[in-house]
Amino acid sequence: MKQEYIITVFSENHIGLLSRITIIFTRRKINIDSLTVSESAISGVFKFTIVINETADRVQKVVGQLEKVVDVLKVFANTNDEMIYQEIALYKVSTEFLFESNDVEKIIRNSGARILEITREYVVIEKTGHSNETQQLFDELNSTYGVTQFIRSGRVAITRDTIERLSEFLKERDAMLEQVD
Amino acid sequence: MQCIQIVNRKLSNSKLIKKHKKEQNMATQRVSGSEAVILSLLEEGVDTIFGYPGGAIMPIYDALYDFDQQVTHYLTRHEQGAIHAAQGYAKVTGRPGVCFATSGPGATNLITGLADAMIDSIPVVCITGQVASPLLGTDAFQESDVVGITLPVTKWNYQVTSADEIPEAIAKAFYIASTGRPGPVLLDIAKDAQFAQFDFEYKKCTKIRSYVPEYPVDPFQVKAAAEIIDQAKKPLVLFGHGVIIAHAEAELKEFVEKTGIPAAWTLLGLSALPSDHSLNVGMLGMHGNYGPNIKTNEADVIIAVGMRFDDRVTGKVAAYARGAKIVHIEIDPAEINKIIKADAPVLGNAKKALRMLIDNVKPNSHTEWLNEFKECDRIEYEKVISHDLYPKKDGLTMGEVVRVASEKTNNDAILVTDVGQHQMIGSRYFKFKQSRSNVTSGGLGTMGYGLPAAMGAKIGKPNRTVISVSGDGGFQMTIQELGTISQYGVDLKIIVLNNNFLGMVRQWQQLFFEKRYSFTEMKNPDFVGIAKAYGLASQKVTSRDQLENAIQEMLDHKGPYVLEVVVEKEDNVFPMVPTGASVSDILLEP
Repeated sequence: MKQEYIITVFSENHIGLLSRITIIFTRRKINIDSLTVSESAISGVFKFTIVINETADRVQKVVGQLEKVVDVLKVFANTNDEMIYQEIALYKVSTEFLFESNDVEKIIRNSGARILEITREYVVIEKTGHSNETQQLFDELNSTYGVTQFIRSGRVAITRDTIERLSEFLKERDAMLEQVD
Repeated sequence: MQCIQIVNRKLSNSKLIKKHKKEQNMATQRVSGSEAVILSLLEEGVDTIFGYPGGAIMPIYDALYDFDQQVTHYLTRHEQGAIHAAQGYAKVTGRPGVCFATSGPGATNLITGLADAMIDSIPVVCITGQVASPLLGTDAFQESDVVGITLPVTKWNYQVTSADEIPEAIAKAFYIASTGRPGPVLLDIAKDAQFAQFDFEYKKCTKIRSYVPEYPVDPFQVKAAAEIIDQAKKPLVLFGHGVIIAHAEAELKEFVEKTGIPAAWTLLGLSALPSDHSLNVGMLGMHGNYGPNIKTNEADVIIAVGMRFDDRVTGKVAAYARGAKIVHIEIDPAEINKIIKADAPVLGNAKKALRMLIDNVKPNSHTEWLNEFKECDRIEYEKVISHDLYPKKDGLTMGEVVRVASEKTNNDAILVTDVGQHQMIGSRYFKFKQSRSNVTSGGLGTMGYGLPAAMGAKIGKPNRTVISVSGDGGFQMTIQELGTISQYGVDLKIIVLNNNFLGMVRQWQQLFFEKRYSFTEMKNPDFVGIAKAYGLASQKVTSRDQLENAIQEMLDHKGPYVLEVVVEKEDNVFPMVPTGASVSDILLEP
């Protein structure tokens, strides 16, 4: 059965690595629903957060292939319920329409959104949440005022562990590799 | 004048080496990026390079000119020839093959070889020239995105844009190519980095934080595997390329002898166990032997060593070895459970894993089970092998040519095959005494591989007889390498099995496409004439009474020789597991 998985790839910071990682998905005709890349808590180690909709078996095989990439340190795959995750969305709405309505305060308050910028022409609203939540606000704003511009980020996710799993893993692996002559 | 130049060149060469040796202790010396490339290769023990120069790699070739005492460079006639030669060299020596090409078309001509080396786990280090770094991305003359193009077909690749990166990049390249599951790597070096001067210092690479070449073998996994093996009634060993890569031939032999388990090989595992070993039950897969295919589905335990359950081995996966517990000894974690679920995986190097397994299993024998294979052999001999090797019809068979070539070299030559019918026949009927004696394109099935790979194999093992067997189709895909063979006098024995057809495709058309021979018949040139034009000895054989003498003449000839043998036009390779069928449905005849 297919479901959403969050694949976290820890890697060195090398040019070309993004391609090397994404071709593993494209070769198997797996669509990447969301992709976020940034430096991790460990300096010099980068973290790719990749969301795909796949079966457990295919995910496991993709993880195996990702870990073969020379510059990849470690890969984790988790289901949504194993992680805490967020996305950020920005909405641009016409200032005129917004001023004419009485619901602005209610919508902003209920959705936990905030206003980033107000000009004479437009207002930029920001909301973080899961896709369905940012989508819900989009639908609401769009049907009431019309959204003139909308952007949603890729997903960022964090584990429920107390420390970064990678540092623990690297320590264990170094100890293990000592055994190999 | 010319003499003086040569003397000067030798002088400057020895001066540079001396300077290098002297300054090795002093840590650094000032050199150009191009000199650094050659000095780094020397540090890695490289003495053979296959390549083809061009604009963007000219500084490196210029540096190479001073090192003709240390390195032999073979100018191939096409970059594909260079990389296949490097592959053949790597396969017989176990050391990485090295290959040079220029930017743009030079580099793109390497792609097939890279893909071939990637899927067959062959260590190859390719160095390509690239346009100067300020020109990158400007569509400059002979610029192509080589790092981008080669991503999916390299184990690792890297673009060097600064001279001081060269030693470390080359050290990493050799380490990555040759450790763990080997594979091809490519370094793309911008022309300005080749010119720039810097302080050269070489340190071998022994560790990369993000890369685990092999995991230590887990004793618990070995114990679990040993328990399954000890209880087996009908066990079967399947061994592949991993045994040869890990130099685990002696361990494999000891393991099967201690346990008495029959052992079958994949195409790339061929020659790891001598052909005449009593426990060697033959070849797996689509055109493999009858016994190992049928018995795979009767076995209660399968011990797979250094092989990856390729679809040409398994046939229909859903019907493969259903009754067997699977022990899978494998260095690449991604291969375990990829195709066939392992009941007892043993992750790690085949040599170390087998050594530990030998110490954990009980001595045993499986005489009755082994006799069942002999019965299968008898059936296969009667239905197929006897007709292939000792035909009664007029036309020559590929099988008898291979048999004679094998016998006349005392079953101790290196066989290099191309791809197609002759490859299957060669693998089935050529006999081997030593490991690393079979070179062929397995995973990618690269027609045109054979001739250049054989050239590389002969250069890698000059003291052994190397026989290149190709079909008329594949031979013409890299026929230009006859020029290289002629120029350097590479003492190859080349057999072209000519049926004027793309035989394997024709066989499939006959069996599965109602004999609609769509574009498989070939009007061929006069191969003897071509060989002679290249200055090579050659003759053509059309009948059985000429065969033995012709092969003997070829073997006795000092230097390269091309023997064209005209074989039956429409012979088929059997047995055969049709695509999508189970290994137990292997056909002995159409």
